[in-house]
Amino acid sequence: MPRLSIWLVRTALLALAAGAALGALILAAPGLLRWRPLHAELLTVGWTVQLAFGVAYWILPRFRSGRERGREELGWAAFVLVNLGVVLVGVGRSVPGADGWALAGRSAEGLAALAFAAQAWPRVKPFR
Amino acid sequence: MPPLTRWLVKAALLYLVTALVLGVAMQLPLAGRFPVLAVLWPTYLHILVVGWLTQLIFGVAYWLFPRYSAERPRGSDGLGWAAFVLLNAGLLLRIAGEPSRALGGDAHGVLLASAVSQLLAVWAFVLNTWPRVRER
Repeated sequence: MPRLSIWLVRTALLALAAGAALGALILAAPGLLRWRPLHAELLTVGWTVQLAFGVAYWILPRFRSGRERGREELGWAAFVLVNLGVVLVGVGRSVPGADGWALAGRSAEGLAALAFAAQAWPRVKPFR
Repeated sequence: MPPLTRWLVKAALLYLVTALVLGVAMQLPLAGRFPVLAVLWPTYLHILVVGWLTQLIFGVAYWLFPRYSAERPRGSDGLGWAAFVLLNAGLLLRIAGEPSRALGGDAHGVLLASAVSQLLAVWAFVLNTWPRVRER
């Protein structure tokens, strides 16, 4: 498993553990209900989307010449942007008056998706 | 495919079918006659995200991630089975408790047990998977 996939998958596991813990706390203490958007963001984007990034970067077909997994820097950009986005959206939608954070976070997540798609697109090809 | 993966993937498929049938039921014109269908949205989301998606990931990761060691290729089988049992016990408790609370019932104890069970399942999976996320 390449280094970038290790970072993506391990961060996804941390998001899963944190998102589940926050969900349990919200159920135990209904006063924490306003943090539900952070719980949802950690488990949807932080866990499932990020895990898909990590596994795809690992197992998609590689190139026979040059850099075997293509433009790695785009993958690292996706890693940084998606995690920045999860935090900004989760906090921005949970804290009153922080709508600007949520917009910035959604923008970061969108850019992460673009960077990842640009990285993965040429690798979606027959195995050789 | 190891036995635990087969259980996880088949359970995930059952939750997928359950969620999509529930999705149809919630949209039927006569859904308004059944108050329980009007409060099932969070339960529907948990069945899809936890029962289907997360459980499918648990199963495939347990099967395909790099081996822990030659003697114990998939790490601790005990932690893997604990994750399976606790995740499903927690989800079933949630399916019972969430609509009950939304309809005014006292389901705090059931939901708390559900939350603890799912949290322990997740931590068991993370603990077992973490050392397998590495270079081969």
